[in-house]
Amino acid sequence: MNKPTVAVYKFSSCDGCQLSILNLEDELLDVANTVEFAFFLEARRRTLPGPYDIGIVEGSITTPHEIERILEIRNQCRFLIALGTCATAGGIQALRNFGKVSDLAISVYPHPEFLHTLETSTAIAEHVKVDLEIWGCPVNKYQVLEAIMALLQKRKPQLPAHPVCLDCKRQGTVCVMNAQGTLCMGPATRSGCGAICPANGRGCYGCFGPSPNAEYKNLALTLARLEHYPGEAVRLARSFSGHAPQFRELVDTLEKIEVK
Amino acid sequence: MKQNIEVPALARVEGEGAIYIRLKNGEIAQVEVNIYEPPRFFEGFLQNRYFQEVPDITARICGICPVAYQMSSVQALEQAMSVQISDEIRALRRMLYCAEYIESHALHVYMLQGPDMLGHESALTLAGEHPEVVKKALRLKKIGNALLKAIGGRSVHPVSSCVGGFYRWPDSKNIKALIADLEWAVQASLETVQFAAGLTYPEFEMDYEYVALTRPDEYAIYDGEILSSKTHQSIKSVDFEKSYLESHVKHSNALHSHTTAGATYFVGPLARLNLNYNQLRPVTKAAAESAGVTLPINNPFKGMIARGLELVEVCDLALELARSYNPTGPSKMPFKVKAGEGTGVSEAPRGLLYHRYVVNEQGMIQFAKITPPTAQNFAQMEADLWQFAPQVLDLKHEEATLACEHLIRTYDPCISCATHFLTLKVDRE
Repeated sequence: MNKPTVAVYKFSSCDGCQLSILNLEDELLDVANTVEFAFFLEARRRTLPGPYDIGIVEGSITTPHEIERILEIRNQCRFLIALGTCATAGGIQALRNFGKVSDLAISVYPHPEFLHTLETSTAIAEHVKVDLEIWGCPVNKYQVLEAIMALLQKRKPQLPAHPVCLDCKRQGTVCVMNAQGTLCMGPATRSGCGAICPANGRGCYGCFGPSPNAEYKNLALTLARLEHYPGEAVRLARSFSGHAPQFRELVDTLEKIEVK
Repeated sequence: MKQNIEVPALARVEGEGAIYIRLKNGEIAQVEVNIYEPPRFFEGFLQNRYFQEVPDITARICGICPVAYQMSSVQALEQAMSVQISDEIRALRRMLYCAEYIESHALHVYMLQGPDMLGHESALTLAGEHPEVVKKALRLKKIGNALLKAIGGRSVHPVSSCVGGFYRWPDSKNIKALIADLEWAVQASLETVQFAAGLTYPEFEMDYEYVALTRPDEYAIYDGEILSSKTHQSIKSVDFEKSYLESHVKHSNALHSHTTAGATYFVGPLARLNLNYNQLRPVTKAAAESAGVTLPINNPFKGMIARGLELVEVCDLALELARSYNPTGPSKMPFKVKAGEGTGVSEAPRGLLYHRYVVNEQGMIQFAKITPPTAQNFAQMEADLWQFAPQVLDLKHEEATLACEHLIRTYDPCISCATHFLTLKVDRE
């Protein structure tokens, strides 16, 4: 029987999420024996023609060409995975969505008129149907492995979405908000990283995106109360996953509190 | 070969790029290393962010060398706010940097350039023929990633670094637990040097101007002054922009770096090795001697040997730093936020990485400038292709194309890094 084919694509991103696949040092050769990496430019030169069983897309949509490309890729892939926070929420480059690209371009490039770029950086699901989202900046490589294995075994992947705050409690990490008065996005951020920021003595910065059932209103009130300088909470919510709808609402709530 | 060479999508590089070589009457008429990686405007959206967010944000420029971005940015911001770090913080930063080198160089030697040298399209097929080589590479890479995780919480975009030092000292037992692995890594790196030195490389040499950090007392990676092989002068990081310029050239539609004299220059492992051989650790020098390495190496394909030697250097250094790791004192220096301007330079695995920031009295970024290594090498890659392509014109088209691709891969281009790179519009006849 032919091996299922996997295609890995890059859009606007840092490559870190694709790298997470190559960072499966103990599992990579077994995975490559189980599935056929038919298109994976970061890893191999050879490409096989589509269609593919699984498409894995890293990065966000930031250029007119990327809009066309994602439509083609959707047609080529039976099952499409958005890999990482760029693909699921537009990533750090979605900070442009809160200002004007022309202002940013002038500050970076002497001749911004040469640029071909969109006003926004958007998630893959804003353009095509996405079958599975794996969050994280970067993703947890074991979640990628779990997703591929689950698909092969025709079961639902186990990707927990509870707030990472719970993981701190389970690990016995002292709460940085309560103990140090440090702002932390943990109560509203999706599990998956291993709660590493509080374990390193700092607050969560929300890189795994919003947890679906979090208490955003309460978090907004707490964050606003703990700020060390004006706008700290807004900057924290508007960073790596800032374009995700729940985090945008969190910013709206914070801005209302600050006006009061 | 009579056709133009076109590689529409470079494989086994980080990010998205292409090569285009146009022939006219059998002569090379045009050479372009096209970058279609979209711009992400980091310098733009760093403005009005709080200074302490910068190391986390700039890490996202590159998934393979986030530590380099963190280290150049924290040094620039510490200079801006007159923060002096302790020797212990500096030692831990060097260990973190070693971890990134292990991961990045093992990846490049065995999985990105290695397949070209061994006639494979990827490490995946190489594993079929030489499983022991690929397994060794993966174990070496894993040790680098494990050390990154022990110090920074995770291997891609680690979370522990900040302006002033580290949010917390990493747990000593997690670092000591890697000592046995690092001992193995030193041996594996010595074997890597033998392996790399024993290969037959394409014959090609250029008279490069090498530019790298230098220090009198150690092989410079984390910090130092900027030395050029042509001027033999070292300059401080604050003077970088006086000697090295970026221009936004319409014909190539990308930012190119040149010296103020208008010359292309070369950054990366070969530049470091050629300029700083004397500062290598004894074990690294011995490895070079026993492998018969003579300097200078002016063949870019032999960057693989330089990476092998640097693997020995950073594995041995990481081992020493891990053994002596016993932090006391604050992990983060106390300091007052103040207005200022600062520059920071460190050696990313693929070359010199420069940052400059202006901060206001509230600690908000007013200006940011980042010059990544691949942007600096970009003009040199094209200059190389002008010289190299005629040499392969008589080969079959597929072989000529592969040879040109291989040349670009030797630079370990980190195209996502090169945030200045733009969509390239090519006019074809």
